[in-house]
Amino acid sequence: MSDISNNGHDSYMAMIQRKRLYGGIMLAIFAMLLISGFMLADDRNAGGFWAGLPNVFDFPADVLADTAPKLDQLPGHLVTYFSALIETINIAAVSTLIGAGLAIFLSLLSTRGLARWPRLIPVFRRAMDIMRAMPEIVIALVLIFILGGGPVPAMIAIAFHTAGALGKLFSEVNENADLKPVEGLSSVGAGWFQRMWLGVVPQVAPNYFSYALLRFEINIRASAILGFVGAGGIGYELKNAMSWGLGKYDEAAAIFILLFVTIVIFDQLSGHVRNGLIHKGGH
Amino acid sequence: MASVDLYVSADRLFLRKRLFALALPLLILAYLIYVFVAFDVSGLVERARWENAQVLTRDAWSHKIHITRDNRSGEVVAAIEGERKGRYPAGAAPDWVTLAGTTTSIDLGDGHVVTFLPDNSLRYAIPDYGTIEAAIEGRHVVTNFGADVPDWVSLSKSRLAITTDEGRVSLTRNKTEVFKYFPGWELFFFTLDSPYHGHGLWGILFGDQIDPTRSNIAGAWQDFWYNDMWRHLDVAWAMFETILMAFLGTFGAAIIALPLGFLAARNFSPVWIARFGIRRVFDFLRGVDGLIWTIVLSRAFGPGPMTGALAILLTDTGSFGKMFSEALENVDEKQTEGVSSTGAKPLQRYRFGVIPQVTPVLLSQVLYYLESNTRSATIIGAITGGGIGLLLTQAMITQKDWEEVTYYIVLIILMVMLMDSLSGWLRRRLIKGE
Repeated sequence: MSDISNNGHDSYMAMIQRKRLYGGIMLAIFAMLLISGFMLADDRNAGGFWAGLPNVFDFPADVLADTAPKLDQLPGHLVTYFSALIETINIAAVSTLIGAGLAIFLSLLSTRGLARWPRLIPVFRRAMDIMRAMPEIVIALVLIFILGGGPVPAMIAIAFHTAGALGKLFSEVNENADLKPVEGLSSVGAGWFQRMWLGVVPQVAPNYFSYALLRFEINIRASAILGFVGAGGIGYELKNAMSWGLGKYDEAAAIFILLFVTIVIFDQLSGHVRNGLIHKGGH
Repeated sequence: MASVDLYVSADRLFLRKRLFALALPLLILAYLIYVFVAFDVSGLVERARWENAQVLTRDAWSHKIHITRDNRSGEVVAAIEGERKGRYPAGAAPDWVTLAGTTTSIDLGDGHVVTFLPDNSLRYAIPDYGTIEAAIEGRHVVTNFGADVPDWVSLSKSRLAITTDEGRVSLTRNKTEVFKYFPGWELFFFTLDSPYHGHGLWGILFGDQIDPTRSNIAGAWQDFWYNDMWRHLDVAWAMFETILMAFLGTFGAAIIALPLGFLAARNFSPVWIARFGIRRVFDFLRGVDGLIWTIVLSRAFGPGPMTGALAILLTDTGSFGKMFSEALENVDEKQTEGVSSTGAKPLQRYRFGVIPQVTPVLLSQVLYYLESNTRSATIIGAITGGGIGLLLTQAMITQKDWEEVTYYIVLIILMVMLMDSLSGWLRRRLIKGE
């Protein structure tokens, strides 16, 4: 009896030790990868990390130094760039709306049990994968070449990516939807569109909304950054303000403030609303 | 009586619901109309350069060979995409071009023949249309068009451009140029100066030795890898840099955010002010956003992958910190209690009571971000100057190498999909499996 338990104990300890060893090796490899990666990245960088570290605050200091004597002009700049900010928010909002609309269809078409054409589910899934993989900048740059600079290329680019990203999340939500209402509707002769609109969407709408809100927040950042490569909005103004160089960073400071405040507001707002939704939904 | 009341209230409820169901789409529609006007979409459609789209779609899957005559020296050169690296040796040309002294005959196919004649003149025979003759006299272009110039010809005093399905011809005082289009990306594997150009895969692998100084496979690999036009080595490096940025940024942020997440979680950090302070730090890091971090950091560190990695790291420290602290606040106390009932010290309580609970949650969030950061690294690279994003923007700005742009786009999409499936695989393996 004691022999067996001893054996069991020994083999358990051996297993634990092996597991620890494997875990330790994995951690060591990971740490080595990370460290060598940082060294490599440092090597490939134009300026080194340690050489640049003392200069991190140079640029913020320049901006502050340029802004401080012209503090009285700051409210004026804020007003000037407010319209560009609205454009950025509009880009994000429209692309979220359009992308979410597309995503609803794509996700319904690629969910087992709900799909209109069950055989085409893999096709729609692949399509969403590709849409999701497409970085916004790729589409934005191509469209800027064709349509010229402005908000529309950014809007289309973000909407395209959003449709893929939200489509995947939505189809996960759809999979948990209760099929009974759908069956009930089909028993009274409802078409596919009616079944989806009346049977599925009301169930999943809060989750859709929560994901779309999170996406909206992400899209504000994306539309700001796309502006920097020429697609309109506050990012574009920031690029211009930056190019005026030292001594004129006060306008850039105004844009920084606008961008920061906007992102923080929407970040907090969406977190708040989503928390409310989750608690109300009881998930 | 009561049933009537019920009916009335039900009707009212229905009415309200119906109004709401109608109002929401209307509201969205109104907003979209406002944006349509604000973005000036109708003006945009007018300003759009559709010919750019045409050039782009054609160049994406095809390449062109330029036959160029320098109208001052009379020298005729054939070059793929008009690039120096794709130039045919002097006196040589593709077989559809006949070089005969001062006259060059170019067969564009389908009966279209362009002939470069002496004295800077040219003749273009088009079936079902006739023959176009044009020459440079003094400073001006002289043609036989007369009054009616077809719409596929653009003619000004100093320049003639003819576009047909078979190719493009242009004539100016400086040069006469003919483009002929071919499907495929020419010289993708080997440039013209490589001995392996024109050999198939089979011939290289199993055929006779082509270059006497090198073995076939090694030589072919070398010539492919150091291909001057497509620069496969540089592209591979750029992709690696982009992935490196995402990897370093994501995992660096996770490592920094983990201890901070503990300090910001209500059930682990007793000091209210520390919690509040760290949370505001998280909000700040997230709020400043990758764009501003990228700008600030590239001033200090210069362009390169380190700058991009740090920009991702800073933003994501904020995101991870917030998510980690929320996950830590949701841990089940029972496990910790169980561990502490065996006399475990605080550190052991965390190690055996908390870490096993939160690891799957945290790891799946981190891996999810790894994929999304690969996309961010592409765009950050375009701004700071590093990785595949930089190559893409550079190729876009020159506005001529659209096949390279297509190549980069395909690579980027493949890269992101690869990272997506890698992160999915890791998530399944580390969290569900084992």
